[in-house]
Amino acid sequence: MHTLTTRRVELGVAATLALFSLYLMAKSAELPIGWVSGQGPGGGAFPFWLSAIMLLASLAVLARAWRGLTPPSRGEGAFIQVGSGPLLGAVVGSLVALLLAIHLVGVYVAIPLFLAFHLRVLGSHSWRLTATMMVATPVVLFLVFEVALKTMLPKGLTEPFFYPLYALFL
Amino acid sequence: MDILASLLDGFGTSLLPLNIAVMIAGVTVGMLIGALPGLGSVNGVAILLPLTFLVPPTSAMIFMAALYYGCMYGDAIASILLGIPGASSAVATTFDGRPMAMSGKAGVALTASAIASFTGGTVSIVLFTVLAPTLADAALAFGPAEEFALVLLAFTTFVALGGQDRFKTVIAICLGLVLSTVGLDMISGQPRLIFGDLPGFYHGISFLVLAIGIYGIGEMLNTIESTRNKVAMVQPRMTLGTVRETLREMRGSIGTLSQGSVLGFFVGTLPAAGATTASLMAYGVAKMTSRHPERFGKGEINGIVAPESANNAASTGSFLPMLTLGIPGSATTALLLGGMVLWGLQPGPMLFIEQPEFTWGLISSLYVSNVFAVIANLAFIPLFCYALRVPFTILAAVIFVLCVVGGYAPSSDMHDVWLMLGFGLAGFVLCRLDYPLAPMVLSMVLGPIMENALRQSLIAGQGTPSLFLERPIALTFILIAVLLFTLPAVKMALANRRPPAPALAEEKA
Amino acid sequence: MRRDFLKGAVLGAVLLALPGLAHAAEWKPQRPVEMVIMAGQGGGADRLARAIQTMIQKNDLSNMPFLPVNKGGGSGAEALRYLKDKAGDPHVIMATLNSYYTTPLLTPIGVDIAEFVPVARLAVDDFVLWVNADSDIKTLDQYVAAVKKQGRGFKMGGTGTNQEDSLVTAMVERAFKVQHTYVPFQGGGEVAKALLGNHVQASVNNPSEAMQFYKAGKVRPLAVFSEKRLPELPDVPTMRELGHELVYTMQRSFVLPPGTPKEVQAYYVDLFRKVDQHPEWVKYAQNMSLTRDFLAGPELQEAFLRERQQHQDLLATMTASAAN
Repeated sequence: MHTLTTRRVELGVAATLALFSLYLMAKSAELPIGWVSGQGPGGGAFPFWLSAIMLLASLAVLARAWRGLTPPSRGEGAFIQVGSGPLLGAVVGSLVALLLAIHLVGVYVAIPLFLAFHLRVLGSHSWRLTATMMVATPVVLFLVFEVALKTMLPKGLTEPFFYPLYALFL
Repeated sequence: MDILASLLDGFGTSLLPLNIAVMIAGVTVGMLIGALPGLGSVNGVAILLPLTFLVPPTSAMIFMAALYYGCMYGDAIASILLGIPGASSAVATTFDGRPMAMSGKAGVALTASAIASFTGGTVSIVLFTVLAPTLADAALAFGPAEEFALVLLAFTTFVALGGQDRFKTVIAICLGLVLSTVGLDMISGQPRLIFGDLPGFYHGISFLVLAIGIYGIGEMLNTIESTRNKVAMVQPRMTLGTVRETLREMRGSIGTLSQGSVLGFFVGTLPAAGATTASLMAYGVAKMTSRHPERFGKGEINGIVAPESANNAASTGSFLPMLTLGIPGSATTALLLGGMVLWGLQPGPMLFIEQPEFTWGLISSLYVSNVFAVIANLAFIPLFCYALRVPFTILAAVIFVLCVVGGYAPSSDMHDVWLMLGFGLAGFVLCRLDYPLAPMVLSMVLGPIMENALRQSLIAGQGTPSLFLERPIALTFILIAVLLFTLPAVKMALANRRPPAPALAEEKA
Repeated sequence: MRRDFLKGAVLGAVLLALPGLAHAAEWKPQRPVEMVIMAGQGGGADRLARAIQTMIQKNDLSNMPFLPVNKGGGSGAEALRYLKDKAGDPHVIMATLNSYYTTPLLTPIGVDIAEFVPVARLAVDDFVLWVNADSDIKTLDQYVAAVKKQGRGFKMGGTGTNQEDSLVTAMVERAFKVQHTYVPFQGGGEVAKALLGNHVQASVNNPSEAMQFYKAGKVRPLAVFSEKRLPELPDVPTMRELGHELVYTMQRSFVLPPGTPKEVQAYYVDLFRKVDQHPEWVKYAQNMSLTRDFLAGPELQEAFLRERQQHQDLLATMTASAAN
């Protein structure tokens, strides 16, 4: 019925981890991975051999999962519960959109939009609550991070709008 | 007694109205910073250091120490109520704090953590006071070989006791260690593992990015998947009776408490070890010596008492090398040391002689801030519980926002925020497949210390491990580590002689 | 299209909001200035940058605060690349040290420091050869003899490979035809501690890193790698006095991204001139045993390029000797 069963994910993840450790080994090998005389292991040795151990462990998990020895590999149910998929997709999508928007228009525009989506669309809260949060959150963030903690948050294109605020608060 | 007289003089300084005011401010601000996921004592101290020039150096230092203290208390609040450690030193607190909160005993968990923190702090300050003038030379005996042995010991203490799938644990540990090597190889001075040549990898991968990703984003996704936004978070109840209930539950914890406090203090005084190592070791030791080790990880009160007493004891302990030698025992004390120079003080062995008012004022202030911290902490618990009654759809959105901002603030780099999101998604999948994630975060913290200390020792031994065999402290630690590592195997072998364990039978089927 | 519209809108808003500044001849920062530090937290460069940031803020030397950001990754490679990418941004300044020369030579990040706009050099930091006070070595000659006798067993502690301490060590090795075992540590403080605990036998710590141990009688200075004797160590000879042409200092200066306009550069030069004359800075430099040595303008850029060449030569001899 379901194509994305827990068993398939278990096998897929173990295989991915095995491939990833191969990549890590190759990347580590850009530095000396052997024993440098008089010095001990070279710069790449620590990550290289640990990745090698990881590769062996991933293969062991893969083999055990194939034979059904790990609990998730016996899971024939869906990895994502029926009905949760769209919601989860929306949440992950909103997070990606949030980060992209921060690059472009900064946190003070992106975060209120993100909150609006979560509170109004996903949470079905009242417009009043949503609007309050959309205004209060950026104000609190600005006061805590920029004014009190002196940490500048990214503002993207909206940067010039903050010049008067800086002159006022900093 | 000489020490007693100096301490009394110190109280003369620390009980000045200004100093009491900065203590209360420090503890309160610290607790709030600590409770924010992703912001710990290092961030708080780093960010607020420039603000301390408004007051004289002694008051500035007292404020910073109180802030550090408050953070150590506050970290536990985030660990228990949100399941997100506010700093690496509070990772161990999530293991049992989170399950306790989920089973409706958040109030008890928070109270236990406050009491443990207070005890750990107090025991540590007393030890500090007694030992400060004499312990100076002992810390110097710790070279790279001892550091490596100590980290190895801390590591095995924890790892040897994990009950998860062995191979998956190995993967988690290796992955954490490999990711911790990203950035610059200090020994050879060459960049390494710069994935895709992205400049953001030059500063390495902070454990915080991984921790916020896994414990913030990943945990939220997990909750959303399983509850579909329908169920609100646990509703912790907190009355005055909770304190009494906690004290009753903690009756059997006196051993764990004193163990954690003393262990925490001594580990904290060692350079490079600090509160994280101490809390993990305390957790491991508590689990090992417990009569019910199987309850750990499921909401055992001693699983909170041990790390919380140890991390507070260690944070006080880390002041010892800083004040007596001018050598920081942790990242936070390194910043405080920098602050001392800015305030016009010369840190180092002469400080105790040249600036007795400063040193003893600071030491005595630790006693006072500890009292304020426990009061403020208990008083804030209802407030934090109230915060959790908020519907989940609001809480999740706010936590996502905090994660994004918290992931950005330490490095001011969006690269880390993207990485954090990636770790969050990966963590979500791995967690659901029973990969243990805590060892991954821990190995990320301990990895760099371990690698550098190992390679320094080997270089100093001209490419031979002779240093480890020649130095008795290092050798002892390594032997204990080996023993700890083999102990579970021995235990298992003994257990196998008894009638077949049900778990084994199940696996055959 | 849409982006252009947005940019236009933003520009319009700025012009409306700040009519005074649009016409002002003299440039002033409009937002907090990001002070990128080429090193991690806690080291000498970091302490200095933060001290200056505090002086600027406390004494209102600038209308906007300076916000320190550590980008020490890859020996400052991260900071250099960041500054290059910030070309033309008037609100970024970088605090540099000698890795400003070495890192672009060693790491392929496509940065040429000749493109950066110099502001000012405030000070130079000195290097001193130290041994533990318990050791029998009391003079440079005894030191050289000891290293020769022990050979590879003699351990020199220092910061990471290819960083300043290792370059000074390489200079010593070349001058005296000796070989140490060089043990790299995370920073100067760690090195000082290792020397105190006898985990290494010698170090080339900056005076500020070892001074308190010297005052406590725990370490012994043998020689100074500077042109002149240091005021705090008047009895310690320079290498030159002892007949060896070994001079190496660490510069502490500030630079701007490529393409920074002249008036912006002028603002920062003026600001740092004020810092240089400020009594608080004079006192700080004295406490940290830094040699104040203000330099700005084209002379500074010349000095940068000259020192880069020296470092290139030094690195070349280091790799040559490592190959042997």
